[in-house]
Amino acid sequence: MTHPLRNQAAVIGVGTTAYGNFPHTDEYGLAAEAFRHALADGGIAKHRIDGLITCRIPSYVRMGEVLGLDPAWSLTLPPHGRMSGIGIIEAALAIAAGQASTVALLYANIGRSRRVNYGGEESPNIWDPWGFTSPGAAHALMFRRHMELYGTTTRQLAEVSVAFRRHAGLTPGAVMRAPITIEDHETARFITEPLRLLDYCLINDGAVCLIVTAAERARDFAQPPVLISGFGARDRFRAASIPNFDLDFWHDAVADAGARARAMAGVDHADIDALMAYDNFSPTVLFSLEGLGFCPRGEAGRFVEGGTIGLGGALPMNTDGGHLSNSYMQGWALNVEAVRQLRGGNGARQVPNARVIQYVQATPCTRSIIYARG
Amino acid sequence: MSYDKPLPKPDPLMAPFWAGTRAGRLLVQTCRACNDAHFPPGPVCPACLSADQEWKETAAPPTLQSWVRFHRAYWDGFRDDLPYPVCLVQLAEGPLLVSNLVGDSSGARLGAPLRVVFEAVTPEVTLPKFSLLGSPPA
Repeated sequence: MTHPLRNQAAVIGVGTTAYGNFPHTDEYGLAAEAFRHALADGGIAKHRIDGLITCRIPSYVRMGEVLGLDPAWSLTLPPHGRMSGIGIIEAALAIAAGQASTVALLYANIGRSRRVNYGGEESPNIWDPWGFTSPGAAHALMFRRHMELYGTTTRQLAEVSVAFRRHAGLTPGAVMRAPITIEDHETARFITEPLRLLDYCLINDGAVCLIVTAAERARDFAQPPVLISGFGARDRFRAASIPNFDLDFWHDAVADAGARARAMAGVDHADIDALMAYDNFSPTVLFSLEGLGFCPRGEAGRFVEGGTIGLGGALPMNTDGGHLSNSYMQGWALNVEAVRQLRGGNGARQVPNARVIQYVQATPCTRSIIYARG
Repeated sequence: MSYDKPLPKPDPLMAPFWAGTRAGRLLVQTCRACNDAHFPPGPVCPACLSADQEWKETAAPPTLQSWVRFHRAYWDGFRDDLPYPVCLVQLAEGPLLVSNLVGDSSGARLGAPLRVVFEAVTPEVTLPKFSLLGSPPA
């Protein structure tokens, strides 16, 4: 039976700001700019927006005031880097339930200009006395396990950073565009060994807006609609005291979320033309590939060798450069990239004939969304 | 010189744990109703939700489940230790702990048995750290 929510919502507008270091503005200024861009992109009149999701924006009330919105439905998400998938799914559900007709999702990040460093005093946890802090260190713990269990190498991990940097070089406005090599990766300074600087995402300011409506209304707007075909979710909270860590690489959670998304969308692995994977640190890309079943467990290191995940490869991933090289928009910009790829016309970074693109966030709140050309 | 690394935040649930380490014992919160062992401690058992909890000494050597080395200091107090080792430890009862690997770590491998080492860093706080079983104590 076809899932009742398959292809019922569509992304009709996307907007992004410049990415960089913008101390002169704040979350409201950046989000307002992304919102204006998204409305203009979709040819959407502001009064059509009757749902609002805000993420990493200090006050949803002030945001609504800044934009002059009195929505029928709204939702505020915490600033964690795992809320984009949650927000987009919630928007689709609110639309399906008739609580809103057209939802604007706004995300802003000012971590660069405000010198956020994701560790130490700013994010206290119970392991501080032993000097353990930061999401990157949690990924280093996981990657060490992957190396020991499966023989995965840092040179294989380098393939991820190298491919995404090449993609960023093809993406207007990407923060880091200069090409890198595997040797550059292997000689970059360690942050938390075995991970090096080039395994870590950027920290930059910027904002993203997506506008979602019911598929049946999507043709009213300027852009070819991109359908939200399917989505799936699975959280892992039982061993959450080590933040951003899972002893089993979130494998079963990713498998579950991916299977639910594919079943709702009615697609299989072979239908996926590109994959956008939350890449706060390069190892999550390997964990995502294994969890989703694009390769067997333990083989992601070998899978990514030789350009598999680069443009022109069998499974292009993070075609905008991802968090590692384009912009640290915590999944939001990767969802925008999925939309842009499905619309087409992206020059040298276009995935030819892209029809179905999957997004995944292998995190304590794993989510996967499958988008299709409308 | 005064100790300048982060210290545990006061937490009534953790008080028995720190009392244990001061006495040279590694304790883990265990459910009297269903025997589930869990760390960090909680107000109820995450398996059966019983509030009837006790602290038990770990029964068998814990094992090494991962290890990394910090090359960046997020606190000034760790700057002189760079690069310093952090390890992931699994108690025989199941719970995971993050700690520091002390002593010779050249034999580190997944599943390696560990010995707990107690390091009194202040009069109130003794941190459990771990060394590879079979390697000389630090």
